[in-house]
Amino acid sequence: MKAAHKKALFDPLVNDNPIASQVLGICSALAVTTKLETSVVMSLAVIAVMALSNLSISVIRNFIPPSIRIIVQLTIIASLVIVTDQVLQAFVFDISKQLSVFVGLIITNCIVMGRAEAFAMQNPPVDSFLDGIGNGLGYSLILLVVGFFRELLGAGKLFGYSVMPLVTEGGWYQPNGLMVLAPGAFFLIGIFIWLLRNFKPELRES
Amino acid sequence: MKQYSNAYIIGFAAGVCLICSIVVATSAVVLKERQDLNKVLDRQKKVLIVADLLEDGHAITADEAQQLFDDNIRIRAIDIESGDFDDTVDTLTYDQRKATKDPALSRVAPANRAGITRLPLKALVYERVAGDEIELLILPIEGKGLWSTLYGFLALAPDTTTIEGLTFYEHGETPGLGGEIDNPRWKALWKGRSAYDAEGKPAITVIKGAAGPAEDDPYRVDGLSGSTLTGRGVSNLVQFWLSDDGFAPFLEKFRAERSAG
Repeated sequence: MKAAHKKALFDPLVNDNPIASQVLGICSALAVTTKLETSVVMSLAVIAVMALSNLSISVIRNFIPPSIRIIVQLTIIASLVIVTDQVLQAFVFDISKQLSVFVGLIITNCIVMGRAEAFAMQNPPVDSFLDGIGNGLGYSLILLVVGFFRELLGAGKLFGYSVMPLVTEGGWYQPNGLMVLAPGAFFLIGIFIWLLRNFKPELRES
Repeated sequence: MKQYSNAYIIGFAAGVCLICSIVVATSAVVLKERQDLNKVLDRQKKVLIVADLLEDGHAITADEAQQLFDDNIRIRAIDIESGDFDDTVDTLTYDQRKATKDPALSRVAPANRAGITRLPLKALVYERVAGDEIELLILPIEGKGLWSTLYGFLALAPDTTTIEGLTFYEHGETPGLGGEIDNPRWKALWKGRSAYDAEGKPAITVIKGAAGPAEDDPYRVDGLSGSTLTGRGVSNLVQFWLSDDGFAPFLEKFRAERSAG
C-alpha cells in the first residue's frame, strides 16, 4: 500500500479524527449511541455513504463547475443516503426503525460534505475512496466507544444481552440514567477528546 | 480559474440530477418488495405483541410469526358505523389504510379531536382465539400526535372495557420524547386500566405526571415528560376510537352477543 493511501485511510482514526479533533458530526453521535447495535449500523451506513460520495465526487471533480459544486456534492450525497436508507429498510427493518430520521440526517453530517469539499475535490478517486472509509472509520470509532459505555452503564447490556443484571430485574446494577440521555454522550465524547489531546499534545489548539 | 458557460453548467446539473434520480428510483423499486414484506411482518409482530403472544424485542423469523399469527389470531372485517361483521370483505387483501383514502370505501369523519379527516367504511379487527373462545379483541387505531399520524392497536379483554395493551407500529414523533410511546415500560402502564367509565363513556386519558396503580386509578395513564402534546394526541385518538363514531357500536354488539350466547 502506498504511503499516501495509508495516510488517507489511517490518519482520520486517531491523529485527525473527525469527531475528536475536528469536532464534526456531534449531533448524530449523540442521537444513535444509546445502544451498540444502532451504533454499528449507523457506522456502517456512514462509512458506505462517505466512501461512495468521496469516490463519485472525485471521479467527476474536474468537470464540476465551481459555481454549483456545493449543490452537486449535496445532490450526490443525498442520493446515496436515500439508497442507504432503502437498503436498511429492506434488510434490517427493526434497526432502521430505531434509527428513524438519523439515517436521513447523514446528509447533514458535516463530516461527509466536509471531506467531499476538502479532499475529494482535489484528489484522485482511489485516495478519495480510502479517505472516505478512513473518516467513516474515525467517526465509527467514537460511535462504538460511546455506544459501548452508554449501553453498558445506562442499561447494563451489550448488544442487547444483559452483562450487569439490573436492580429492577433482581440483579445488583443500578443503571445510570444520565447515560441513556443525550448529555451522557456529551460527557463521554468530552472525556474522549480530553484523553486524546492529553496523549497527543500536537492536537491542541494554541 | 476555468470559465464555464451557462449552458454547460445547466447541462451538468441536469446530468447529475438525471443519474442520481435513476440510482434512487432503481433502489426504491428493486427493494420495494422486500420492504413491503418487512412492513407486513412488522404489523403481524405488533399484533402478536399486543396480543401477548410475543415478547417485545424478541427476535422471530417471518415464518414463525406467520405460524403464530395463523394459529392464534382471527381477522374479521366489520362495518364501523353499524358495528356488524362483514364477511364479504377479503381480510387477506383488504388494506384499511388505502381504503381510508378511497372515496368509494370511506366517508368524511365526523368532527373529532383526533385529527381524523376520513374514516374507512370497514375496519379489520383481530381476535386472539383459543379454540372457539375469544380471549382478546385487538382494534386498529390511528390519529394525530404532535407531528405525525400514529397508527397502532388497542387490545381489550372480552368485557370490552379492560385494556390489555396498546402499541403503535408507525409514528413520526420525536425520538426520545414523544417517541417514548414505544417504550415497553410505558406501554405496560396501560394494562388493566379501564377504557370506559361506569356510565359507558370513553374515559381513559393520558395525564400530566404520574397516575396511581391500575386498580386505584383505572382511567388515567402516566404522561411522558417532554411529550405533553403527543400524550394529548394519544388520549384523543384512543377516546375517538372508543366513542360512538369509532368502535362503540361494534363493542356493544359484541357484548350483547356474548351475554346472549
